[in-house]
Amino acid sequence: MSEHSQPKAAVKPAFYKSGIKPVWCPGCGHFAVLSALTKALAWLELPREQTALLSGIGCSSRIPAYTDLYGFHGIHGRALALGTGLKAARPELTVLVAGGDGDGLSIGGNHFIHACRRNMDLTYILMDNQVYGMTKGQASPTTDPNWDHSKLTPHGTHMQPFQPAALALAAGASFIARGFSGDPAGMTRLLVEAIQHPGFSVVQVLSPCPTFRPEQKGWKHSIHAWDWEATDDAVEAARRIHADDGMHTGIIFRAERPVWQPVRCQQTTVEAIEQEFVP
Amino acid sequence: MHISLAITGAGGAGVITAGQLLLDLLAAHGLYGLMRRSYGPQIRGGEAASLLRVADQPVYCLDDRFQLMIALDWKNVDRFVDEIPLGAGSLLLHEESAGPVPPEIQREGVRALPVPMKALAAQEKGGRMNSVALGLAARLLNLQPEQAAALLDKRLHRKGEEAVRVAQANFEAGYHWEGLPEPVFSATPASTPPDWTLTGNEGCGLGALRAGVRFVAAYPITPASDMLEWLSPRIEQLNGALIQAEDELASINMAIGAAWGGVPAMTATSGPGLSLMLEGIGLAVASETPVVVVDVMRGGPSTGIPTKSEQADLDQALHGLHGDAPHLVLGPLDVPDCVLTTQWAVHLAEQLQAPAIVLSDQAMGQSRMLARKPAEIQFIGQRKRAESPGTDYQRYAITADGVSPMAIPGTPEGMYTADGLEHEPGGKPSSAALDHVMQLDKRARKLEQHDFGDLWAEMAGEGELAVLTWGSSTGAVREACERFCRQGGRVRMIALRLLLPAQTDKLAQALAGVDHLLVVEQSHSRQFDRYLRAWHALPVQPRVLARPGPVPFTPGEILTELESMS
Repeated sequence: MSEHSQPKAAVKPAFYKSGIKPVWCPGCGHFAVLSALTKALAWLELPREQTALLSGIGCSSRIPAYTDLYGFHGIHGRALALGTGLKAARPELTVLVAGGDGDGLSIGGNHFIHACRRNMDLTYILMDNQVYGMTKGQASPTTDPNWDHSKLTPHGTHMQPFQPAALALAAGASFIARGFSGDPAGMTRLLVEAIQHPGFSVVQVLSPCPTFRPEQKGWKHSIHAWDWEATDDAVEAARRIHADDGMHTGIIFRAERPVWQPVRCQQTTVEAIEQEFVP
Repeated sequence: MHISLAITGAGGAGVITAGQLLLDLLAAHGLYGLMRRSYGPQIRGGEAASLLRVADQPVYCLDDRFQLMIALDWKNVDRFVDEIPLGAGSLLLHEESAGPVPPEIQREGVRALPVPMKALAAQEKGGRMNSVALGLAARLLNLQPEQAAALLDKRLHRKGEEAVRVAQANFEAGYHWEGLPEPVFSATPASTPPDWTLTGNEGCGLGALRAGVRFVAAYPITPASDMLEWLSPRIEQLNGALIQAEDELASINMAIGAAWGGVPAMTATSGPGLSLMLEGIGLAVASETPVVVVDVMRGGPSTGIPTKSEQADLDQALHGLHGDAPHLVLGPLDVPDCVLTTQWAVHLAEQLQAPAIVLSDQAMGQSRMLARKPAEIQFIGQRKRAESPGTDYQRYAITADGVSPMAIPGTPEGMYTADGLEHEPGGKPSSAALDHVMQLDKRARKLEQHDFGDLWAEMAGEGELAVLTWGSSTGAVREACERFCRQGGRVRMIALRLLLPAQTDKLAQALAGVDHLLVVEQSHSRQFDRYLRAWHALPVQPRVLARPGPVPFTPGEILTELESMS
């Protein structure tokens, strides 16, 4: 896989960037996600006009405008629904969906589990910084229950955080990986594999928020790569996820599952359908 | 020449099937008919009624009185007694073993006749009372039993030969029951007989397909589910796709995603679902993505009366979006008009790159009608695409008509990011006051400046007295005006098909010279009346005939209003 870390000479990652300056804070992990994504696209040499990147609302969801792809910055939580409709209508496109932990797991949580279950050929990049950044620092579904730095929950949330990989596995996703924005080469590899995977692929990216979660700068010391290959055994994957501290990176689970696609059957015409109205 | 009859019974007793078979039988005789379904929310054990009207010309509403009622039992009959007004001379056939006629059904002058339907059905093993009831109805309407036998064979064929034989025998037992009085109806076939049978929900589905809709997102909700179920297998045969979504938030956004991908897209729902979709419809406004939402209205608010009709989602369709959000709101006027109005809505949405809400309702959506085939419409509204965008392409370019060429994914050099955030012409997010007003202006302009032609309303008649209505109330208004004119009265009828953008000048012109105005709508809080006052300049203070669902307006009560106003 190491060859994935370097794009081929033919297409440069910059080819996929729009040149619009991101709104992100200095030191934000999302810069590295954007960089890794464009590297992955370059490695795959995907035609820009055949690739769509859709998102919801939040810091991470601003990513489409920073690429030179067909982008859609939709409404909070509904990015996967937008992507699902697009992919069903235009199966030949490469459809990527991106967003944050609040967008994808709180307001959009229902779409996330059903997208896993539907297993359409989409790639979902979940940029997880365990905080709502755009609204200035509230706890998200992946925030530690004792994090008491939010004015909204000054005593902490007292709720167990979601483990996105466990949620994805339980809901039926066929490709689950975790990356770290501090490891752009590793993240590029994961994104290449995720985009190539036929079916719904979830890439959780631990992407620090230096503004509201400055302690996440320490993640670079606690991240470690899995020392095993991806499994296609859901029981084994569940065991690994639950035994983990949430800081391992790599492909956790990869399996062949039926991919939802529009039914293709005997074709007819509207005129022929109208015959059924004749009494 | 026309007659109205109701077949009632417990849910699962087959009265809806009997009604539909009776409608088929009418078609075989060259007669017109309308069948409205009234039923409770239970799947089995509730109550159901087929409310039919038979005539030698198209009928769009139920009548003032029912001349015939066939009751298979009395179970929960009180729940729809208000929807089946009997009167002097009405004939009431009721199952003998079910006991005496309940007081709430019995009216002055109603001829009640106990019939041993259960015993007649039991003459055949596996026999069913609804086939006996069909036989009774066929005899009283003077229909030919040979046609019925052939029809039962056609419709029940998949259930096997024995099922067909039993149904035919049950039908014969009812038809030849010796206790029946003389037929109450004798119609000659219409000179131009019906050549189509459809429900409003099928009509909306077909209108969408005719207009090129090839993606549908669906979340089940009464009374819209049967439109989605009708579409599902058919859209697949047209190289399209239907997805069952996880909720209505997903269905509207799936439809927007598909439409943004260049494929005309639709979803259908009812009031509560429309509420959930409103934020998404706002995204379609801001991102200028065409999408059509059909709302088959039911009683509200909240879960309300899910199985029965009301015209009370008008407020949320008109005003439910946040921000200044120009969009289209249309309402079909009757069952066959569901085809035309939905087709038009799709064309308008595509042409104007804006969302369109189509307000049908349960009364139209789930009524089956024998009709003439709805004509193909002559206009085609197509999306203006950016075929070769070039490096300076601006998705939201400021144009004279407000419509900006749209690059569809797959178009080289057209890459841009569609956005619900306010944006500058290139699509880049902007909170600048000038960008906001320029984009608000263009989105408003493309709807305001569009020439909607003659389809905005249906108009008939003349005079200084006028009736204004919309949606499924049109049928009863139309017939009341016809009766009024036959009596020598003069009245103008105006039924609005296009509610937003409001055709203020056209309606003012249509109402010129009017000195008495009646507004008819099925809403408790007079939503249509308030819409008229907000968006239009009415020449006079209207009288308002407004009431909530589910009891439909009848021509007679509207006629009474017209008589009192002239």
